[in-house]
Amino acid sequence: MSGPTPASSSIDRAPAAAPRAASVSQSPAARAWRRFRRNRLGFVSLVVFCALVGISLFAEIVSNDRPLLVYYEGQFYVPLARDYPETAFGGEFPTPADYLDPYVREKITSGSNWAIYPLNPHGPATISYDSKYPFPSPPSRENLLGTDERGRDMLAQLIYGFRLSVVFGLVLTAIGVVIGVITGAVQGYFGGRTDLTFQRFIEIWSSMPELYLLIIFSAIFSPSVWLLVVLLSLFGWMGLSDYVRAEFLRNRQMDYVKAARALGVGSRQIMWRHILPNSMTPVVTFLPFRMSAAILALTSLDFLGLGVPPGTPSLGELLSQGKQNIDAWWISIETFAVLVITLLLLTFMGDALRDALDPRKVDR
Amino acid sequence: MSAPTVTLPLEVSQSTPLLEVQGLRVAFGGKEVVHGIDFSVMPGETLALVGESGSGKTVSALSLLRLLQDAEVQGAAVLSGEGRAPARDLLRLSERELLAVRGREIAMIFQEPMTALNPLYPVGDQIAEVLQLKQGLDRRAAWQGAVEALRDTGIPDPEQRARSYPHQLSGGQRQRAMIAMALAGRPRLLLADEPTTALDVTLRGQILELLGEARKQHGMALLLITHDLNLVRRFADRVAVMENGVLVEHGTVADVFSAPQHPYTRKLIDSLPERDVVEEEAPAGEPVMQAKDMRVAYATRLPGFKGWFRRGEFVAVKNASFAIPPGRTLGVVGESGSGKSTLAFAALALHPHRGDLEVLGRRWSGKAATDNAIRRTVQVVFQDPFSSLSPRMTVEEIVGEGLAVHEPGLDVAARRERVVQALADVGLTEGQFHGLLSRYPHEFSGGQRQRLAVARALIVQPRLLVLDEPTSALDVTVQKQVLGLLQRLQRERGLSYLLITHDMSVIRAMAHEVLVMRAGEIVESGPVREVLDSPKHAYTRTLVEATT
Repeated sequence: MSGPTPASSSIDRAPAAAPRAASVSQSPAARAWRRFRRNRLGFVSLVVFCALVGISLFAEIVSNDRPLLVYYEGQFYVPLARDYPETAFGGEFPTPADYLDPYVREKITSGSNWAIYPLNPHGPATISYDSKYPFPSPPSRENLLGTDERGRDMLAQLIYGFRLSVVFGLVLTAIGVVIGVITGAVQGYFGGRTDLTFQRFIEIWSSMPELYLLIIFSAIFSPSVWLLVVLLSLFGWMGLSDYVRAEFLRNRQMDYVKAARALGVGSRQIMWRHILPNSMTPVVTFLPFRMSAAILALTSLDFLGLGVPPGTPSLGELLSQGKQNIDAWWISIETFAVLVITLLLLTFMGDALRDALDPRKVDR
Repeated sequence: MSAPTVTLPLEVSQSTPLLEVQGLRVAFGGKEVVHGIDFSVMPGETLALVGESGSGKTVSALSLLRLLQDAEVQGAAVLSGEGRAPARDLLRLSERELLAVRGREIAMIFQEPMTALNPLYPVGDQIAEVLQLKQGLDRRAAWQGAVEALRDTGIPDPEQRARSYPHQLSGGQRQRAMIAMALAGRPRLLLADEPTTALDVTLRGQILELLGEARKQHGMALLLITHDLNLVRRFADRVAVMENGVLVEHGTVADVFSAPQHPYTRKLIDSLPERDVVEEEAPAGEPVMQAKDMRVAYATRLPGFKGWFRRGEFVAVKNASFAIPPGRTLGVVGESGSGKSTLAFAALALHPHRGDLEVLGRRWSGKAATDNAIRRTVQVVFQDPFSSLSPRMTVEEIVGEGLAVHEPGLDVAARRERVVQALADVGLTEGQFHGLLSRYPHEFSGGQRQRLAVARALIVQPRLLVLDEPTSALDVTVQKQVLGLLQRLQRERGLSYLLITHDMSVIRAMAHEVLVMRAGEIVESGPVREVLDSPKHAYTRTLVEATT
C-alpha cells in the first residue's frame, strides 16, 4: 500500500500524447459510445428498439378504431382527440359515434366527405362484432393477426401491450436506478457502521416473499399499474445497490478522491462529481438487463392475473389467454414472438454496452 | 522509424552464444513495438537490457518464450545446442517443443512475486511441481528438492516456509521463493524482468547477489531486464540499451558507462536527479508545519472472541516531532510499512492523529468549516499519477476544482484564467496541447499527469505541499524533469515540501532536513548532509549503503 511501488512497466512515457494529438479529445463517454456503435448487433438492436418504442408511443395514431381526421359537409372533425355524437354525422342517436359501424362509415365517406383511418383500424378495446368467425378468430383481412378470446384485435393488443410493458420497464428501471445508486453510494462512501447497518437491512428486506406480498396487496388494493410500480420498486433496487456500493468502496480509496478531500471538497460533491461518474459502468451495463427483468416481471404477474387491471392490454394476459385457448395458436405465438424479440433486443444492447464500457478492452 | 540499428560487435570468442537473437520484431495488432533488434547472450554472462517503460524491453524478452498473447513475432532467436539437443530457433518451435524449453532451459522471474505465485498453493508445492515436471522426480523427492531449493535462496527455516502460502511470506521471501522455483529446472538462461523493482532498497542488493551466486554455481546466463542503472553497473557484464523498440547501444558495462555513444544512453546515465535548491539557513519565523509527539493509529480486528467486543490498534506513527520552515523541504525516508505515508495522510488530516500538529499556528479541528482554511495551505501530490486524476473529468475541471471550493466567488472567465496560469506554471500550455483544457487525463503521459497533479495543488496557492513518492512511478528521465519543476517552484514561491520517498537519490536532490522512519518510529533526523554522509543509526547506514 504505502511505500515504493514499482510502476515503471505500467507507465508509458511517450505514447500517451503524441499519437492522439491530431484527434479531437474525447470524453470517456464518447469513446464508449463509439465502441458501442461499432458493435453492429448491439447498435442495430438499439435502433430497432427505439423505432418500436417510438411507434408504440404513437399507438393511438397507428392503431385505433376512430378516424384520425374526418371531413364532413365542409367541416373538419378530429375524432381521435374529441368525442362526437352520431348526430354530428347525420346519425339518429346522440350517442358517441361508432366509426366502424357501416352506417356511420358510409355517411362520412360518401360524396365529398372523407375520413382518414389509422393503419390498423382497431383500438385496444374494440371488439370486432362483424367478424365472420367465433372468437378467438384467426388472422383475416379485418384482423391481420386474428383476435383474442374477447374479439379484440391482436395487433392492437400487441402494440398497446408492448407500450405498456416498455414504459413500465422504463419507469421501474429509472426508479430502481435512483434508489439503488443513492443507497449504494451512501453505503460505499461512508462504509463502516453505515454500511453494516444498511447491509443487514437489505438482507432482511430481500428475504421478504415478494410474490406473496404482491398477492396480498392486490387483494387489499384495487389493482392498478401504479400499485405494481410501487410494489416492484420496493424490491427492485437492491441488486443495483450492491453493485454501486462495491464500486464506491473501491473508488473512494483512489488517490483522486483523497486529493479532493485534501482540497476540502465536501462529501456530497465528492460522491457526485468524482466517484459517481467513475462508478456508472455497472449501472449502465445493468440497465437493459434490468429492463428486461422488469418486463418479464410484469408479464408473469399479468399471466398469473395479479398484474394490471382486467381489460388493460398486456402481454401477460395474452399469454394466459393463449394457454387457455391452446388451439388458437396465433395468440400464443404472436405474443411469444413479441416478448422474445423485445427481450432479445434488450439483451443484445446490454451485451454491446458491457463490451463498450469494459475498461480492459483497448481501442485498436 | 529511421533510428539507427546497432550491429553487434562481433566478439572473438571461442564459445558460441547461448542465445542469439536476430532481427526480432514484435507487433500487436499490426502496430510494431519492437523494430528488429539483435543481441546475444553468452553462456554464464549477465546481459542487462535497459530502457524506460514503453521501450519494448519486457516485450522483447517475453516474446522469446512466446509468452505474449496476440503478438506477431518475427526474426530469429537461436538457442545453442546442448548435449544431444541441437541448436533451435525458439520462434519456430512448436508449442509442444517450447514447453520443454520453458523452465528447463530458459526460466523466468517476474517483477511482482505476489501475482506470479499461485495464491492457493503453498510455495513448496509450487516448486515441487516444477521439479516433478522438469526433472521427473517423484513427489517425496520433489518436496525434498523444493525445501533444498528454498534453503539455497537463503530463506530461514525452509521446511516451515515451504508449507507457507504466498501471502504469508514477506516480499523478499516471495521473490526468493520465485527464484527457487525458476532455478529448480536448472535453466541455462534466466530471464529476470525487473526482479527487484517491487522490493525495498535494502533487499534489492541481496536478491541480486543471490542471482549472481546461482549464476556462478550453475553456470547459468542471466538476461536482466531493468530500468535501474545502479543495478546494471553493479551486476551486469554487458548492457544493451533500448529506446522505443530499437536497440541504440550495446557493449560492456564499463564501456557504455564510461563513454556512452548514443545521446539517449547519455541522457539515461545522467538522469540522476540534481540538487538545485536554496541552501541558506531557513529564515527565522514561524514554521509552516510543526508536530510534537504526534501519534497515528489504525483500528484493527482482534483475533477470536475478543474481536467481537474490542478493537485492537496498530500504531503506524509514534512520537513524531518535526518542524518544516517556510521554503524548505523535509524529507521522510523509510521502507514500505515504516509509516511514512501514514505520516503524510495525518499531516493532511485525511487520517486522525493524536498529539500536536500545527499548520501555521492552527490546528486541525476535524470540522469541515474550520479545516477548509487550513486545507488551502496544505496540498498534496500523490505517487501514482494514473489514479490521482479522475479519468472522467477534464483538465479544466480537475485543476479548477480547488478554486470552486476556496474561491467560489470567481466567475467562469476568471477561473479559467487562473487554471491556464496554473497549467503554465507547471509547463503545460495550449501551444503543446491543442484544446488542453477540455482534454481528459488518459491523453497525457505519466510525467505530464504528475504536472497536472501539481497544478491542481498549486492553484489554491498553498504554503506546504505534501509529496507522497512524487516520482517513484515515473521513468528516470521524467523523474528528473518533475523534480526540477518542484525545485523551481520552491525557489520561486517559497513553498515548503514534506517529501515522502524511499529513494535516497531523490532525498539527496531535494531535502534540507531528513527523517528516517522505521516501524513507525523516527530513528534518525537532522540536516540531510549529516544524516546521509555520517549516519548514526545502523538502519540509516543500511539504507544509505544499499543505494550507493
